[in-house]
Amino acid sequence: MAMAVIVTEHVTKKFKDLVAVDDVSLEIEEGECFGLLGPNGAGKTSLIRMITAVSPPAGGTIRVMGKDLKMYPRQVKAVLGVVPQIDNLDIDLTVMQNLTTFARYFSIPKDEAYRRSMEVLDIFQLEDKRNSHIRELSGGMKRRLLLARGLINRPKIMILDEPSIGLDPQARHLVWRKLGELKAQGVTQLLCTQNMEEAATLCDRVTIMHLGKVLTQDSPQALIARYVGSEVLEVEVNSEDRDRIIEQLTGCEFDFMDAGDTIQVFHTNGEELTRELGDCTERLEKRPATLEDVFFRLTGRTLVE
Amino acid sequence: MKLLSWRFIPMWQRNRDVFLRLWHVEAPGFIAEPVLILLAMGLGLGAYVGLIDGQKYIEFIVPGIIASYAMFSASFECTYGTFWRMEEHKTFDAIIATPLNVEDVIAGEIFWGATRSLLTGSGILVAATAFQLVHSPWALLIPVLSFVAGIMFSSIAVLFTSLVPSFYSFNYYFTLFITPMFFFSGVFFPLSSFPKIVQTISWVIPLTPVVNIARALVWGEFHPELMVALVTIIVLTAVFFCISLVTMRRRITI
Repeated sequence: MAMAVIVTEHVTKKFKDLVAVDDVSLEIEEGECFGLLGPNGAGKTSLIRMITAVSPPAGGTIRVMGKDLKMYPRQVKAVLGVVPQIDNLDIDLTVMQNLTTFARYFSIPKDEAYRRSMEVLDIFQLEDKRNSHIRELSGGMKRRLLLARGLINRPKIMILDEPSIGLDPQARHLVWRKLGELKAQGVTQLLCTQNMEEAATLCDRVTIMHLGKVLTQDSPQALIARYVGSEVLEVEVNSEDRDRIIEQLTGCEFDFMDAGDTIQVFHTNGEELTRELGDCTERLEKRPATLEDVFFRLTGRTLVE
Repeated sequence: MKLLSWRFIPMWQRNRDVFLRLWHVEAPGFIAEPVLILLAMGLGLGAYVGLIDGQKYIEFIVPGIIASYAMFSASFECTYGTFWRMEEHKTFDAIIATPLNVEDVIAGEIFWGATRSLLTGSGILVAATAFQLVHSPWALLIPVLSFVAGIMFSSIAVLFTSLVPSFYSFNYYFTLFITPMFFFSGVFFPLSSFPKIVQTISWVIPLTPVVNIARALVWGEFHPELMVALVTIIVLTAVFFCISLVTMRRRITI
């Protein structure tokens, strides 16, 4: 069995009256890509700040590669590659200086820092921009530079908070491919994302958080099978027959969810449903189930914030 | 857990690199301004001022100008500069995700502020020497004094920065703390011209001991009271340095 490289035990974080992270226990295994999903305010970023030793937990313990984070923050941070959600590039420095200066924080010698900087610029196709100032970069370039910076210390574990936010599809696929390669090289990844496609593509296991608590945790396929089934049937409804259909579905004990102008029915197939609802083939649509369906089922459709 | 280490050096280097890129924008403020003040006050006002022991007024104000501008350099760097990096650009957030701790980052800021004081103090000293206003080889210790005073003023500034909500708060810091020190620490006139109560207060505000030691170094004239000044500087520096690390950790690692 793979070793757990990040272990959180009963971790809690409080801000005044708000419990941002509530008794979270996770085990992230070596070499896996572990997804942290959840709507805004779920506590993902707070959890990540604690795991990266930037903010102390109010309760519980965190161990990274067997080391207690509280006792050995420097040693732990030395093996982490952190890609933050907020752009915190050093605006007073050029692209190249951003990387070499960051390398210096990790005590990487000058020549080696230069070599590695060129290497990561090449990976994220930023070589041409190496003498540019940060304010001259587009949003997508900044994000790629944040990713490049996160690799400068050749991390054993990458902590990625929304790594592909604001990227165009080309750049997003470049990033996904690179993250896939890193995983193949054995780099463990903790990926915090709102993008379900990203989570389904990259993650071996995901956990869904809501209001500070962990709701569930498994591989994306297993979660889809458990909470939704292989397909989703969407019944288009209008204001006239909406209540009747909901009543029928409830009566036949279908597993469904009201999504506004459609009603989504889970864990079933077309025949079963038409048998019960009568002929409604024109307004019945069948599509493969996704992680997003699981997400909605568990965290609801209303806005949290 | 060891909180502070040699790792403050890369933070200091980061600030140095930025300074080396932008120094020509900042240098006029910190070298040209004090030299202009020195000449304007020294020659302009000085023409009307007669000092008791036959000293020229411009010579009298040199040490105070050095001490004050060393104070200004550190204070600007560790209020506006530190706040800019901490809040506007989240530079500290990025850095504390590396092996550097908050304490390393803040110590790097403080020592960088002190370095700015050293540069300013040395620059004015060179200008004053060129105008033949310095009379003792002891003045070679002025850079050291500027650096130590810089650590003290940077620490006080960082403490204030760790407590304020926005840039606007620094107006209070400068109008109610820094500027009064500029006028009530014996820079432009001897403290003995003030009422007793002002003299007493003046002795405990941090610029006064720096001005007194600077004056002794520039003239090569020492008296026992300078020991008190030196101890005051060392104690204030140690106390504010430690407090600022604690309050900054609270602010940054919420």
